[in-house]
Amino acid sequence: MMNSTKMRWPAVQPAPAAGMWRRQLLIGLVFGYVGVLIIAPLAALISGAFSEGLGAIIYALSQPDVLAAFWQTLFIAVIVVVLHTVFGTMMVWVLVRDHFPGQRLLNALVDMPFAVSAVVVGYMLLLLFGRNGVLAPLLAMFDIKVAFALPGMILATLFVTLPFMVRELIPVLKSFGIQQEQAAATLGASGWQTFWLVTFPALRWGFVYGIILTFARALGEFGAVLVIGGGIQGRTETATLYIFRALDERMYVGAYSAALVLGLLSLSLVLGTELFRRWRE
Amino acid sequence: MTARSSTHSLGLNRVAWGRQSLRAAVLAYLAVLLIIPLLVILRDGLQEGLLGFWRTISQPVAWHALMLTLWTAAVMVVINTVMGTLTAYVLVRYEFAGKALLNAIVDLPLAIPTLVTGVMLVILYGPQKALGAWLDQTLGWRLIFAPPGIILALLFITFPLVVRAVQPVLLNLDREQEYAAATLGARPWTIFRRVTLPALALPMTSGALLSFARAIGEFGAIIIVAGNIPLYTQTAAVFVFGEVESENRAGASAMSIVMLGIALGLILLVDWLQQRQERETMP
Repeated sequence: MMNSTKMRWPAVQPAPAAGMWRRQLLIGLVFGYVGVLIIAPLAALISGAFSEGLGAIIYALSQPDVLAAFWQTLFIAVIVVVLHTVFGTMMVWVLVRDHFPGQRLLNALVDMPFAVSAVVVGYMLLLLFGRNGVLAPLLAMFDIKVAFALPGMILATLFVTLPFMVRELIPVLKSFGIQQEQAAATLGASGWQTFWLVTFPALRWGFVYGIILTFARALGEFGAVLVIGGGIQGRTETATLYIFRALDERMYVGAYSAALVLGLLSLSLVLGTELFRRWRE
Repeated sequence: MTARSSTHSLGLNRVAWGRQSLRAAVLAYLAVLLIIPLLVILRDGLQEGLLGFWRTISQPVAWHALMLTLWTAAVMVVINTVMGTLTAYVLVRYEFAGKALLNAIVDLPLAIPTLVTGVMLVILYGPQKALGAWLDQTLGWRLIFAPPGIILALLFITFPLVVRAVQPVLLNLDREQEYAAATLGARPWTIFRRVTLPALALPMTSGALLSFARAIGEFGAIIIVAGNIPLYTQTAAVFVFGEVESENRAGASAMSIVMLGIALGLILLVDWLQQRQERETMP
């Protein structure tokens, strides 16, 4: 569309010489801003982590508590991705195909986790599952521990990552439409068959993107798991909580290299997905 | 005929039943994850009535935290809206070396955990570091463990939000009006201000509001960059964290309600603005 407009109006393009300096200035301004705001801090993190050499990084990252923290993070992220893949699919179907009063509100509510503070999320879960929480008697009856334990941290991460899968799948399902499903149904396919053989394949890239973005976001969650998990070393410490503690205890190489690994991990996941998406389009 | 219609209606019933249970499952999931926690915090924060709520919020430390959160977010929004719109403009309208790179860098802040963002900024601008010490001694600028650090962290985190809101609208903008203005002798800045900018008002507003909502709740980057100094660098989220740590439920709940109210209001507003945008672009 842009191209056709350009082609139709070649004569009134501003003279190149007049627009040149303005154009250079604006591009320079943007690169300067991005450089100071984003690139310089990123470079500082890399040089900070490498300040005592690669050996120090490897030593710091191979400490048992650091490894345990990273495993904990990965484990939570995997569980969260699985749950959101199942429930996210159901939610998307209900939001796109179903119609009932209050649906608009539901649709907006899904975005809530984008704006709710992670600390507030952790605190809400604490009010529900904590020592004096609303559900405390119930949990005590079944001897389940949620607060300051793994289930609470999974719940917190679930809350925070709720929108990613849903927002990824909704446009895909909407544009896929309903005709092919109807055709399958006319040919005698059951609902389940229709989903697996027709709808799911159409949504598969949406699933891939949604899973990666959910995973990346889950890796970086900090505030909510800090409040509900307590960051108990060796028990509820995730990678982000380790970084927080390491800074506090002035173990700078450990903090910086863990931050670098975590940052690069989610960065490569998200940017890789973005690049792949553009390449595929 | 009778047999066929009866199997048909049986099938419909099965679909209807499946639809009902799916809807119920989704509502239950959302209720457990979102709605019940929200109701619990509401009940907890308003336990002592509106007056008690107001007394908690208007105490100096809480009030300062709330005001600090609001003004740093407001400063961020102004800078971010200008620079985000400019970045989107440059990305859409100009061809230059490194354009694809710039486009990728825009997404970078979304991909980096905010705690890591905080660590980065402390390494670069921290008082013990080369650049931070230089800024402190020669210019007297204290960025880290001070309010400017909060603004810097918020700018980093929210940078993609305005760019990605404005970029698609600018890309689809019909340029005929701009060319018409140019033929009538309008200068580039006038064209931008009088023709392009009004068309971008809606996406700029939703990007700005999203940034603001995001900034109100930010915790990870801020606690690293600004620390937790009451009446100086303690923001609303950090205040809630402190109250939870010291088991002061009244303070934590009251501030949480304020933050949730702002978040919910802004989310609904952005949702409404985006629907308007969709209606405008798809007549």
